Amino acid sequence: MEKLLEVKNLEVGFQTYGGYVQAVRGVSFDVNRGETLAIVGESGSGKSVTTQAIMKLIPMPPGEIRNGQILLDGEDLVPKTSKQMEKILGQDVSMIFQDPMTSLNPTMRVGAQITEVILKHNNVSKETANKKAIELLELVGIPRAEERVRQYPHQFSGGMRQRVMIAIALAANPKLLIADEPTTALDVTIQAQILELMKSIKKEVGSSIIFITHDLGVVANVADRVAVMYAGQIVEIGTVDEIFYDPRHPYTWGLMASMPSLETVDEGQLEAIPGTPPDLTNPPKGDAFAPRNPYALQIDYEEEPPMFQVSPTHFAKTWLLHPEAPRIDPPEAVLKNRRKLAGTFEKPVMVMEV
Amino acid sequence: MIKYFGKRFFYMFLSLLVIITATFFLMRLAPGNPFTSEKQLPPEIEANLNAHYGLDQPWYVQYFDYLKRIATWDFGPSFKYKGQTVNDIISEGFPVSLALGIEAIFIALALGVLLGVLAALYHNKWQDYSSMIFAVVGISVPSFIMAALLQYIFAIKLQVLPVARWDSFAHTILPALALATTPLAFIARLTRSSMLEVLSNDYIKTAKAKGLSRGVITVKHAVRNAMMPVVSYLGPLSAGIITGSFVIEKIFGIPGLGSHFVTSIQNRDYTVIMGVTVFYSILLLLSIFIVDIIYGLIDPRIKLRAHKKGA
Amino acid sequence: MSALPNKKDKFVVVGSQADHAEKINKPSLSFWKEAWLHFKKNKLAMFGALLLIVLITMAAIGPHIVKYDYATNDLMNSNQPPSKEHWFGTDDLGRDVFARTWEGARISLFIGIAAALIDLAIGIIWGGIAGYKGGRVDEIMMRIADILYGIPNLLMIIILMVVLGQGLGTMILAMTITGWIGMARIVRGQVLQLKTQEFVLASRTLGADSRRILFKHLIPNSMGPILVTLTLTIPTAIFTEAFLSFLGLGLNPPLASWGTMASDGLPALEYFPWRLFFPATFICLTIFAFNVIGDGLRDALDPRLRK
Ligand SMILES: Nc1ncnc2c1ncn2[C@@H]1O[C@H](COP(=O)(O)OP(=O)(O)OP(=O)(O)O)[C@@H](O)[C@H]1O
Ligand SMILES: [Mg+2]
Repeated sequence: MEKLLEVKNLEVGFQTYGGYVQAVRGVSFDVNRGETLAIVGESGSGKSVTTQAIMKLIPMPPGEIRNGQILLDGEDLVPKTSKQMEKILGQDVSMIFQDPMTSLNPTMRVGAQITEVILKHNNVSKETANKKAIELLELVGIPRAEERVRQYPHQFSGGMRQRVMIAIALAANPKLLIADEPTTALDVTIQAQILELMKSIKKEVGSSIIFITHDLGVVANVADRVAVMYAGQIVEIGTVDEIFYDPRHPYTWGLMASMPSLETVDEGQLEAIPGTPPDLTNPPKGDAFAPRNPYALQIDYEEEPPMFQVSPTHFAKTWLLHPEAPRIDPPEAVLKNRRKLAGTFEKPVMVMEV
Repeated sequence: MIKYFGKRFFYMFLSLLVIITATFFLMRLAPGNPFTSEKQLPPEIEANLNAHYGLDQPWYVQYFDYLKRIATWDFGPSFKYKGQTVNDIISEGFPVSLALGIEAIFIALALGVLLGVLAALYHNKWQDYSSMIFAVVGISVPSFIMAALLQYIFAIKLQVLPVARWDSFAHTILPALALATTPLAFIARLTRSSMLEVLSNDYIKTAKAKGLSRGVITVKHAVRNAMMPVVSYLGPLSAGIITGSFVIEKIFGIPGLGSHFVTSIQNRDYTVIMGVTVFYSILLLLSIFIVDIIYGLIDPRIKLRAHKKGA
Repeated sequence: MSALPNKKDKFVVVGSQADHAEKINKPSLSFWKEAWLHFKKNKLAMFGALLLIVLITMAAIGPHIVKYDYATNDLMNSNQPPSKEHWFGTDDLGRDVFARTWEGARISLFIGIAAALIDLAIGIIWGGIAGYKGGRVDEIMMRIADILYGIPNLLMIIILMVVLGQGLGTMILAMTITGWIGMARIVRGQVLQLKTQEFVLASRTLGADSRRILFKHLIPNSMGPILVTLTLTIPTAIFTEAFLSFLGLGLNPPLASWGTMASDGLPALEYFPWRLFFPATFICLTIFAFNVIGDGLRDALDPRLRK
């Protein structure tokens, strides 16, 4: 498979009143063409900052990309100026935000908000752009599109607005679509509809998608691969099957255990991970998750764990995979679902980079 | 929408009624006013006043007659100068004041918005700090002091512009600038904070994610939305321009309604004071009402907010 | 990554250790202390505060540090430019402008502070009752305020001054008759907010601790907007006084206010500019000081702006 996006050792920080926030601390991953990568993790773990860094939408100042590379089709975006980014944004990479109620301009007609992108990136006439806008609205399932293009956002419901946002994001046929919790602000039935829409669109358009969510049910539904973030780092990354059926990082265990089980909806098994995420102005020494980790080793408090590879596609950043670490079984809720997957190595291999 | 404007209109009407009533009865309390019985007036003026206010009638008859006349756009005679009516004074002075006022409003809006937008775009940079220091100084220098300062520098010392009078465009520059200073500073601050608020909105991020250029985002998405509070400031702005014009016209010797009004205050020409006050109030309340309508027309969300704003 | 650590004892399970997770809690400062720390960082506001202290000090001692009285005419020495004798020069009646300026400072500050305090008193009563009673009473009281709010302020003040006659008392009266509405609206808003918070507290059984919260946090919090409005009323009143003087509705001689001094000095601008310069400068400086202090207070007292 061909790599569309490669993020290498990305570090992003913010200078704030309370100190320097290390929001993203050395994140590496890649996205293949036509693939959907889900990013999951607690609030504040740096999911949005990572993806906004890809689009160079981090407000600078106070933010800065301190280190790392973001290669899109082999071309590094980090050194690009905002002028140079204009050609890439909307055209090669586009984004759907969390809250459809606020992400559309309230005083601009919906049609104009779509044609704006088309006109910017394609050399077409206004009429052509208008026609395309109506087609897009139809594509995302908005009835009476011809009328709707002349309306304002407040005349649309939340779900409908998110469809409009998707239409905007698709307007210039992007290679990569980033969806930052596109369903979180919607109610459950609408969530399902939007997810279905995104899945069918992915089939039709064929762009790669980075999908940020808190909802593991959604992940299982849409993703090909999953990255788990904690405190500004990717702690585990692998295919959906690997993450769901053979998770290796204790934080992922916690996430899986806290999920109402896919098959058995059993109240008794719902566990939240106790404790709070670390303060990123002053990240702890060693493994950031150790203080909340019931299986934490002595070394977790002393030294940051390296990445271990457990299969050609599966990586986890925990000392538990070290040959000298004691054998520890994941909690019951995870063990129950565990499957032996083909391709898993005999022994985890320590690696420098993904 | 209709209901909203109806409500606004009703409140405007009530405010106006309070003003007219208050002025009418307050004038009767004033020492040496024409409405007391032991007055010493030239017979012609006395006849005029009698015809207009019916001074021999009981007060409530006089009051309702006055309301009726206002409704027919008749503000009554002068109490000091025979043969002159308030309507004459208004039609003579108001066009001059209007020209001055419009020039000042134009300056205040154009420069104020420009400064505010710049300050917001360069938030926490020197452009921001210098605009905001300029604005806070502008707010702290009252228009009449600004007028004296401009006169002293440009007319007396540098002699590049005329000191006073009202003959050519050059004569309008200093008074319009003096009149515009304070509202300009207010608009700059208002625009800045409103721009900052708008720029922090998600839809600006959406616009950036579309790959639009900074210029397009600023003009099409940010400034347009940031103008809403500035539009609603147009009401108070016209009030400031009107009251400011009293002193500015006097300082620059401009024959507008403002300086006529000041003269009538100094002469204690009660009926003129009363008439011009009512005229100004109608003008102001009307302009506030019109601003409301404009606001409703340019903001497509107004229907949603109608009940909230009307409260 | 460093070389593989090979000490076996590092690979023992020690489990989650809460004390590692615990952050050093910042000492929680009282509301006013935190606001003050924030205010102190605002250079412009601190400059305004310093300026105001100087102005107030001079208003207190200024008239006494020169041998001239503010009201005594000396026609032989009229319109003297600033000199060693008369620091700010003299006016058309030979009165010492320095003495008059600081006498004027007293009057201008008095007008400003008195108007602001009376606004506050009426505002607290009107807005407090409306907010506390709620319901129909609130409805009616706020409707009345809405109607009065539509009346152009300065026009009404002018009419009142014409009717009531010139004087310090009538000027303050005229200003407050029209000025209290803004304050009443703010007070009402704060009372409404406080009411819901108090309600929440009461339902949590009013212990000593929640009373402490009420007095240490809730009331100070709601006082922020009131204090800011109060601060910003003062420059408006000082401006209005000067404005009225220009219309010939100012204080009667020989009283010196900055407004009357400036308006008397204006016709002499070309030949005796100091007669306008000094009062005008101090009007601007005072308004400036209160404005930047008000802005600074707004930023420092609003918990949302403070982050
Ligand atoms: N503009 C900013 N200034 C300062 N800190 C910021 C800024 N934006 C993000 N951060 C910090 O970066 C960290 C990561 O935030 P981010 O928004 O990426 O979290 P997230 O994983 O997307 O969380 P959520 O699930 O709540 O969206 C947080 O600690 C946040 O406080
Ligand atoms: Mg986020």
